[in-house]
Amino acid sequence: MSGHSTYQPQSAFMKWLEARLPIWSLVHSSFIAYPTPRNLNYWWTFGGILTVMLAIQIVTGIVLAMHYTPHVDYAFNSVETIMRDVNYGWLLRYVHAAGASMFFLAAYIHMFRGLYYGSYKAPREVLWILGVIILLLMIATGFMGYVLPWGQMSFWAATVITNLFSAIPVVGDSVVSWLWGGYSVGNPTLNRFYSLHYLLPFVILGVVVLHIWALHVVGQNNPTGIDPKSDRETVPFTPYATIKDGFMMVCFFILFAWFVFYLPNYLGHADNYIPANPAVTPTHIVPEWYYLPFYAILRAIPSKLLGVVMLGAAIVILAFVPWLDTSRVRSATYRPLYRQFFWIFVVVCIGLGWLGSKPAEGNYVLYARVLTAWYFIHFLIILPLLGLLERPKPLPASITESVLGKGGAPVASGAAAPERRG
Amino acid sequence: MTTTASAEPTRRDFLYIATGAVGAAAVAAAAWPLISQMNPDASTIAAGAPIEVDLSPIAAGQVIKVFWRGKPIFISHRTAKDIEAARSVDIRTLPDPQADQDRVVKGHDQWLVVIGICTHLGCIPLAHQGDYGGWFCPCHGSQYDTSARIRRGPAPANLPLPPYKFVADTKIQIG
Repeated sequence: MSGHSTYQPQSAFMKWLEARLPIWSLVHSSFIAYPTPRNLNYWWTFGGILTVMLAIQIVTGIVLAMHYTPHVDYAFNSVETIMRDVNYGWLLRYVHAAGASMFFLAAYIHMFRGLYYGSYKAPREVLWILGVIILLLMIATGFMGYVLPWGQMSFWAATVITNLFSAIPVVGDSVVSWLWGGYSVGNPTLNRFYSLHYLLPFVILGVVVLHIWALHVVGQNNPTGIDPKSDRETVPFTPYATIKDGFMMVCFFILFAWFVFYLPNYLGHADNYIPANPAVTPTHIVPEWYYLPFYAILRAIPSKLLGVVMLGAAIVILAFVPWLDTSRVRSATYRPLYRQFFWIFVVVCIGLGWLGSKPAEGNYVLYARVLTAWYFIHFLIILPLLGLLERPKPLPASITESVLGKGGAPVASGAAAPERRG
Repeated sequence: MTTTASAEPTRRDFLYIATGAVGAAAVAAAAWPLISQMNPDASTIAAGAPIEVDLSPIAAGQVIKVFWRGKPIFISHRTAKDIEAARSVDIRTLPDPQADQDRVVKGHDQWLVVIGICTHLGCIPLAHQGDYGGWFCPCHGSQYDTSARIRRGPAPANLPLPPYKFVADTKIQIG
């Protein structure tokens, strides 16, 4: 999508089609000839992995929907029917359930990659914000999907999360009743969650298309954060990026398969195999692991309204990172201080996740407050100040120089030349 | 676009604004049923009619749970010690100050009737647990006393009272 296509249709049919709908030249320029920086490392393969994960979730979700009954009296049993009676139902459901975890794992790696290498900085702000929107949609979709089996954790997750909206002053209770379609979480709630859980992945798909479009307008960032200066510093997407993405995808799928076949329920909760009971709250109620850091932030704040506001702010603040980070150097490779604060931030996020899984009592609450404070300090104080105080390391003159050192360019040109294929 | 802005509003300006206003009204009118359909439907509202509860089988010290409008209602038959504990506290020290006398029906002080939904995020607190002899919410650690008033934890308010009245000495109507 950057620049005009170099695609030349060969057959008469492709020439005919090209004159009417140039779709193959769009595919060719976006996924075959598209120039990618030659120094991309494996952290750049997660975008492709995420696209495939979305496809897997949509395909398994559509077939699960053929066997699922969205009614409070039948939902739990229909899920058990999928597990026991439907051909390969166990496989499809475990792929879908573990797939949600893998999806979030890949998304978080993808986001940390962006934070480390400054992929949100100009001119990639819109690309980054589209990513934050995808994250918000993923959170909503994952939450509603978790409600559908109508187990104890499903029911109480729905209750706790919808009650977040009761913190809104004045109209809170009306809003919650409107979300429920009743006086409590019930059949209307389950039905609408099912409808939205089916809808939102396609909304995500739409935003992913915008995300990839924006990416192909501004071009990919790379580990040096320096823009490619010539064609010699890029390689065509196919075969270079396709093969690299493909290799990492296989590695990622080994992990995925390990969960699906050996630990299918490890990432879930045993309590969700108990049918929903509105009279009893499970003694230890926690969300799925991928929401735990945000859950820890919610519980760390002693005020209900403020806790909900901070929970939302923890996600929305990401959209402002392009402007909170005042440094003009993109990659943390050349930012000695930011690199340390980045890793502290990673530890803080994992620490918040761990605290979110612990009961809200004693020192856990104290630690959660410290880490919550640090989470926001990182974005609101450290990122703006570092840009002013930090002395970045000297940047290499080009991508080639960063890889091969000074004077290494001529040798590289042969190796980087694209293969000519038919 | 060769039109030049004139100082005086023209009839064309009026038409633009009028068309836009009618269009906005049409969008709002079309959105209304789409939003309204998510509210509780007629059958849900009808199912929320008042219920009667016989209190005579509830022993002193016992807490029972009944459902009204899908919400758990706690009915606590409090002992003299419970009532004493609830009334001896200085209400100015409470997060949501309210006297115990204002939370029960006069003359039926042993009966506490509250909606059993934690005011934090809607979990069901557990009876006879926590440091105040009342309720403890397992989700985020809110603690309520024997008058179901919030004493500690993230919940902002006391457990609310449902609308109810005594129809006989040992029978209440909720709703």
